[in-house]
Amino acid sequence: MSAVDRSRLPIPGPDRAFRFPRIAKRTLPNGLELRAVTHSAVPVISMVLLVPGGSSADPIDRHGLVSLTAGLLDEGSRGQSALEVADRVARIGGDLDLEVGADAVVVALTTLDRFVEPGLALVHEIVSAPNLLADDFNRIRNHRLERLRQMKDHAGAMAERAFARALYDSHPYGHLGMGTIATLTASTLDETRLLHAALFAPQGATLVLVGDRPAEELLDSAAATFGDWRATTSTLVLDRGAALATPPAMPLTKLGVVSRPGAAQSELRIGHVCAPRATPDYHALLMLNTILGGQFVSRINLNLREDKGYTYGVRTGFDLRRGIGPFVMQTSVGTEVTVPAIREALTEIRDIASTRPATEDELALGFATISKGYPRGFETATQVARSVAQLALHELPDSYFEEFIPRLSQVTQADVSRVAAKYLDLDKMTTVIVGDVEKFAESLPDLGLGPHQVLTPEI
Amino acid sequence: MQIPYTKRTLSNGLDVIVHEDHQLPMVAVNLWYHVGSKNERPGRTGFAHLFEHLMFEGSEHHNHGYFAPLQRAGGLVNGSTSTDRTNYWEVVPTGSLELALWMESDRMGYLLPALTEEKFSNQRDVVLNERRQTYENRPYGMAGMALSAAMFAPDHPYSWPTIGAPDDLRAASLNDVHAFFTTFYHPANASLALAGDLEAEQAFDLAEQFFGDLTPGPVPDLVRADAALATSANLVLEDRVELPRLYLGWHSPAQFADGDAALDVAADVLAHGKTSRLYKRLVYDRRIATDVSAYQHSREMGGVFQMSCTAAAGVSLSELEAAIRAAVTELATGGPTPAEMERALAQTEAGFLYRLQTIGGFGGKSDQLNAYNTYLGDPGYFDRDRQRYESVTADAVAAAARRWLQDAPLVALSVVPRGRRDLALPGATEVHVS
Repeated sequence: MSAVDRSRLPIPGPDRAFRFPRIAKRTLPNGLELRAVTHSAVPVISMVLLVPGGSSADPIDRHGLVSLTAGLLDEGSRGQSALEVADRVARIGGDLDLEVGADAVVVALTTLDRFVEPGLALVHEIVSAPNLLADDFNRIRNHRLERLRQMKDHAGAMAERAFARALYDSHPYGHLGMGTIATLTASTLDETRLLHAALFAPQGATLVLVGDRPAEELLDSAAATFGDWRATTSTLVLDRGAALATPPAMPLTKLGVVSRPGAAQSELRIGHVCAPRATPDYHALLMLNTILGGQFVSRINLNLREDKGYTYGVRTGFDLRRGIGPFVMQTSVGTEVTVPAIREALTEIRDIASTRPATEDELALGFATISKGYPRGFETATQVARSVAQLALHELPDSYFEEFIPRLSQVTQADVSRVAAKYLDLDKMTTVIVGDVEKFAESLPDLGLGPHQVLTPEI
Repeated sequence: MQIPYTKRTLSNGLDVIVHEDHQLPMVAVNLWYHVGSKNERPGRTGFAHLFEHLMFEGSEHHNHGYFAPLQRAGGLVNGSTSTDRTNYWEVVPTGSLELALWMESDRMGYLLPALTEEKFSNQRDVVLNERRQTYENRPYGMAGMALSAAMFAPDHPYSWPTIGAPDDLRAASLNDVHAFFTTFYHPANASLALAGDLEAEQAFDLAEQFFGDLTPGPVPDLVRADAALATSANLVLEDRVELPRLYLGWHSPAQFADGDAALDVAADVLAHGKTSRLYKRLVYDRRIATDVSAYQHSREMGGVFQMSCTAAAGVSLSELEAAIRAAVTELATGGPTPAEMERALAQTEAGFLYRLQTIGGFGGKSDQLNAYNTYLGDPGYFDRDRQRYESVTADAVAAAARRWLQDAPLVALSVVPRGRRDLALPGATEVHVS
């Protein structure tokens, strides 16, 4: 055996080819879009039902209603109690998730291959025929109210709320899915019924099945179960496109502080409204983000964590949605270094858009990171199902996965500089701090962001 | 159900385990060192975890950060530390297997020449921030530490947290750190699992090539320490929280020991999911709690059966405690129902199957092969582990609940809002955690 050459790192060999999932499609007469992918690894089946219109579709005075209604789906359906439904999930070894995002509600069930039929029946039932009874409504609403009361002790949750409001104000992205104590308290059982009828309809929804069976067979199973799903009429007019409205050009505050006396750290959010997912600059923004703060070896993390030791970690992201989503940097830093950490972060954001543009080497690193790691996102049935559901949400072509790396490879240094200059703007940037403000208030003016505003996010 | 594998031990004592899975053009490299916070000593806690950080800061022949070359290769990289072991892993494209092995072997064989005071002090600051972020600045974040400190004598290694005490971290010297590395980070105290798009023979050749000439140290003695509670304890901790929460902890069997699987089932029956007895009673029917949980936290030297329950507004922790104790007594007396056993079995089967879905990362197949190998010397224990759960009977669950829970002393910890010690269980003694 030859000795290892430790004078240099081994050079990676060529990438092996990878076949991205081939998507079979069918549209049911009721409007439901079906997608299926054969994934032959483990006898597990993943089903993901995507219903467009997430918390951004909340009625203006009923923030949290979409999430509350979605939360009631598995609290009893077709005459069975919540416990009976939970028992059915457990008996098929199922893992059921109800998620409410800004743009969509997702009902996801992973179960064993042999339970594909009962699994589909279960998803169909809870989505199309939840009981929505007063007793369950009161129970679940109370849980949520208690969770909200607990949130004020959670620095991250407070930062999320203050940040969303500062950026979006009354725009549908300006509130979080849970709503507030006031809006939840005002919500009624009838409203959840009306909202359910308006939101959960086959038209516009997409059901994705991924498992170790022929795709056509998966489509047949889905069609057999969901074919009789009928839209119901509702007097509630739901605006699924509300989030497409343009958010405020300038944030409500440039420097907001949520006071948390005695906090062990300062929780930070820095960012502004940015672009929709459909932007042609999507791939360039991904590259920009990877270089700026999207991974461990990004500029901001190397500076704040590895050079300064200010934080356990910091990340940036372009949270692009159907409407205009935000750019956000988030981290948690030592109280005593709050101001220097913000200054360093803002400097990094400013510099990549001006004096220190992304270098060719950074570009190569960013491209390699994203492209070579890309197949990893298609390992489990659930990963594949969720990826396919994202295509539906953002109306992306079936060829999207195949085209992703070629598209990314076309991003140039000039593109990254251009999108940095276009989408990162310190003048529009909001900085939100949740921390022990007494300990750093004196040095806040050093940031040059003007006087700070004390924020009290509504819970 | 199996994770097919081949295992060989290199002449320096390094175990190498290979599992082929060609679904993705990716390979998982997973390295376990049989060292965790249990190998530390009082006054010098937090070393194993601090090392997890230092291991990414460079080695003699690559004296730069470890993330950059691996991320450039499209790899996913991470590590974690528990009381019993430390793991490091990469998931890389097939063509970068040698890169990952080169780097893992360089930091196993040649870390110390590259370990400077500067790196050390920087990562100590990062860890202190991790501690604040993960524990100190989170509601109920210090409860786990308070409970461990009460369950175990101060010289028992499970009494201190993996993250370490801030004073210990500040007091640690580079010499301490060198000594710790030399004792625990060498081939004879490690296990390497390679899973994914590779051929077994080629994988063993590469393992030999990169790790074969590293010098082993003596295999460290297994840490043994007895733990028992002479009497029950009743404690209260004030925290920045809205609702009081009750934690209960009992000593329980070590991982894979008699009673371990039965207590896992007991935890499911008591408090896992809506169909569990306590969720149904406390959260669903009586609505006196907002959540309830139970789990058998089994480790190498022993286990802790831990329950927690958050009171709904205005409900006393005494009421929750009484209800939990009643449920434990019922389970110890009557055992689970046939329906409960059937459900537990279905969930167990699914759980094991889901564990076969990923080659790498935390809990992936490579991680599991290393876990079974490190703790039992048998990477092929997967199916026997499954059988261990399948063979649990209702009587065994009742017996375990009797022996370990109903008749045993426990630690009760009330976590209450600041200034509201009146909300704790009556007679509770105040504890402080720093």
